[in-house]
Amino acid sequence: MGLFGSFTLKKKESLDKGLSKTKESFFGKLSRAIVGKSKVDDEVLDNLEEILISSDVGVDTTLKIIERIEKRVSRDKYLGVNELNSILKEEIASLLEENNSNDVSDFDLPATGEPYVIMVVGVNGVGKTTTIGKLAYQFRESGKKVIIGAADTFRAAAIDQLEIWANRVDVPIIKQKMGSDPASVAYDTVASAKANGADVVIIDTAGRLHNKVNLMNELTKIKRVMQKVIPDAPQEVLLVLDGSTGQNAFEQAKQFTLATDVTALALTKLDGTAKGGVVIGISDQFKIPVKYIGIGEKMEDLQIFRRKEFVESFFEN
Amino acid sequence: MFENLSDKLERSFKLLKGQGKITEINIAETLKEVRRALLDADVNFKIAKQFTDTVKEKALGQDVLTAVKPGQMMVKIVHDELTELMGSTATDINLKGSPSVILMSGLQGSGKTTFSGKLAKYLKEKKGKNPILVACDVYRPAAIEQLKVLGQQLNIPVYSEDGNKNPVAIAKEAIRFAKQRGHDLVIVDTAGRLAVDEEMMNEISAIKKGIDPNEILFVVDSMTGQDAVNTAKEFNDRLDFDGVVLTKLDGDTRGGAALSIRAVVNKPIKFVGTGEKMEALDVFHPKRMADRILGMGDIVSLVEKAQEQFDEQEAIRLQKKLAKDQFNFNDFLAQINQVKKMGNLKDLAGMIPGMGKALKDVEIDDNAFVHVEAIIYSMTPAEREDPSLMNGTRRKRIADGSGTSIQEVNRLLKQFTETRKMMKMVAQGKRFTPPARNVRR
Ligand SMILES: Nc1nc2c(ncn2[C@@H]2O[C@H](COP(=O)(O)OP(=O)(O)OP(=O)(O)O)[C@@H](O)[C@H]2O)c(=O)[nH]1
Ligand SMILES: Nc1nc2c(ncn2[C@@H]2O[C@H](COP(=O)(O)OP(=O)(O)OP(=O)(O)O)[C@@H](O)[C@H]2O)c(=O)[nH]1
Ligand SMILES: [Mg+2]
Ligand SMILES: [Mg+2]
Repeated sequence: MGLFGSFTLKKKESLDKGLSKTKESFFGKLSRAIVGKSKVDDEVLDNLEEILISSDVGVDTTLKIIERIEKRVSRDKYLGVNELNSILKEEIASLLEENNSNDVSDFDLPATGEPYVIMVVGVNGVGKTTTIGKLAYQFRESGKKVIIGAADTFRAAAIDQLEIWANRVDVPIIKQKMGSDPASVAYDTVASAKANGADVVIIDTAGRLHNKVNLMNELTKIKRVMQKVIPDAPQEVLLVLDGSTGQNAFEQAKQFTLATDVTALALTKLDGTAKGGVVIGISDQFKIPVKYIGIGEKMEDLQIFRRKEFVESFFEN
Repeated sequence: MFENLSDKLERSFKLLKGQGKITEINIAETLKEVRRALLDADVNFKIAKQFTDTVKEKALGQDVLTAVKPGQMMVKIVHDELTELMGSTATDINLKGSPSVILMSGLQGSGKTTFSGKLAKYLKEKKGKNPILVACDVYRPAAIEQLKVLGQQLNIPVYSEDGNKNPVAIAKEAIRFAKQRGHDLVIVDTAGRLAVDEEMMNEISAIKKGIDPNEILFVVDSMTGQDAVNTAKEFNDRLDFDGVVLTKLDGDTRGGAALSIRAVVNKPIKFVGTGEKMEALDVFHPKRMADRILGMGDIVSLVEKAQEQFDEQEAIRLQKKLAKDQFNFNDFLAQINQVKKMGNLKDLAGMIPGMGKALKDVEIDDNAFVHVEAIIYSMTPAEREDPSLMNGTRRKRIADGSGTSIQEVNRLLKQFTETRKMMKMVAQGKRFTPPARNVRR
């Protein structure tokens, strides 16, 4: 047994304890550390660093946040725990792009006269198809005419999966056989939506890793083909990110944006213990708002993203 | 792509240069870089800290006399430590029991169903097993259908009970059925579940109890971030699983979650998933993973990336040519086009060990190939087919024809010869350190 054998045995216990302990005590420490000081205590910053990095915020963004807080504190000469507490959260939240529908609780869409086409993209298994089911449900509930297109023609039973969702939320689906051309399915869907005067079109696409050039080109093609029917389609390209993904999400955002001009993000699986903090840096760097969060596997489990609540969750247990 | 750790360390080691020994003070900056690299790779915050503490202890304990080049020594300590933690030898899957029963577990979307199919195929082909797949995900829309489609593709039977919503009962019945039909391997696919979902965690415990599997695999997405420790720990507490499967490694994630999971549950990583197709399974290579986490370059992923761009036919054709040393200028031209298709040349070259640093300040754009292409297009078909024809007169003619100089033609010929050598080595699976001038303009 090498060094790590003993490392694993010895440290495991403290790690177990540590993992649950950290977050509870943050504000306790905060109040002790800052009373009567005009500079943020190192201990507070160390704690903050741990909270942010453990939430997948990433080193760069964490350092940026800490720097902003230090500046702000030295400028404002904060007075107490409560102020620092809200400064902290404000500074973090301000890195997240403002979402236009931020304070709208329903799932609103701009009225353009043409069907509003949402193309849903992302790496494998993040929750694209499920999010589409949930979105279709929300739009239909708010009285819109929805149509969905099964342009994942690759993965086993992907079409069946979407079809079950279509039946579940009671919206029509356009599909072809497994293995057919995804661009052709997308085209059919948009054409049908236009012919039938639908309000919203949601296109499912196969999961693909962003480093596969051919597959990324395929997305560009799907997008282009839809424009033959509606010139400014897709009005929305929704990149779905798994809330438990770490720093690789940056590269995902970068590559999908290059291929398809992503306009919005959805963050899924936030009903788990992962915090999804990587979206802060992404939203900041690429100026893309987070629009939706997934909090379960049922059709109701989709919410509009709220910056403040999201940031709060880092400091909860 | 993140900056390579070895580059970072080299930078921080400048501080150490000329100092005879490693001390608390001069090691601090270096350890900070190591820690940061680990965090960038998604190694858990606490694990990264403990790792650097261990490395520090080890480094400080070193005989100072050997520390003439503290920089190199640190790289080695870090790398060795990491490899050791990843598990120094491959651990095989346990196929005892008749039939042997393998149970899949993991979060939603991690790749359980896909991996069930891959494993069935692998064990059928490599170990001569007669597997049956069992569909115990009664929740996700079309989950059963998904497994059935895979079974059909693989020509491996799938046991399912349409309408039955009790996975424990299905799993038990499947084992009975498998025995009856003489299957010696049963692979049980289950629904994705969150570690905090009490009801679902109870369910999988009950499945375990009901079928007493020989092997429980925890399937985890290699792109997972900091939360990997919590999930792995919770699943392990509940199931005491036997091994880990790391999926989607065909992406460009550093995969630090692998390190976190090893550290927190101390179970071996047994397999990796490297694609969506049923053959995209590999046994776990600890050293390769250590390299990857540290960003030390992974020639394997470079080759894979190159392969991704080829159609199968082209790859086979090229493989043959390389083996017979018949690689010619037409192939070279095709290569250039492939590389151009792959996009960012610098990223790509960064995957080659030793190349990252060489390329740091070199601007590469796709125009880098314009002259090269012009030169090749000025060759006669015979010259392109057989590079050994190239003599002085031909070189002069080509230089004139392509509007370049004889020096440029010579340089290309030299590059070509080296590329050919390099390609041959790649084809034979050897590591190589290409001379930097190959990519410099
Ligand atoms: N707990 C939880 N599970 C989710 C959520 N969103 C999706 N899932 C689950 O994640 C798994 C994958 O979801 P899919 O919708 O199939 O993902 P996808 O991105 O379409 O996958 P591919 O098409 O294979 O790339 C399924 O088991 C879903 O039920 C969520 O918000 N919370
Ligand atoms: N690129 C790549 N994709 C993979 C790999 N393994 C699985 N996938 C893809 O990841 C997605 C999810 O895989 P599944 O096998 O459905 O995952 P699962 O864990 O069964 O999902 P649930 O049953 O919903 O929990 C699918 O699109 C798969 O094709 C891999 O190694 N590489
Ligand atoms: Mg899908
Ligand atoms: Mg599954």
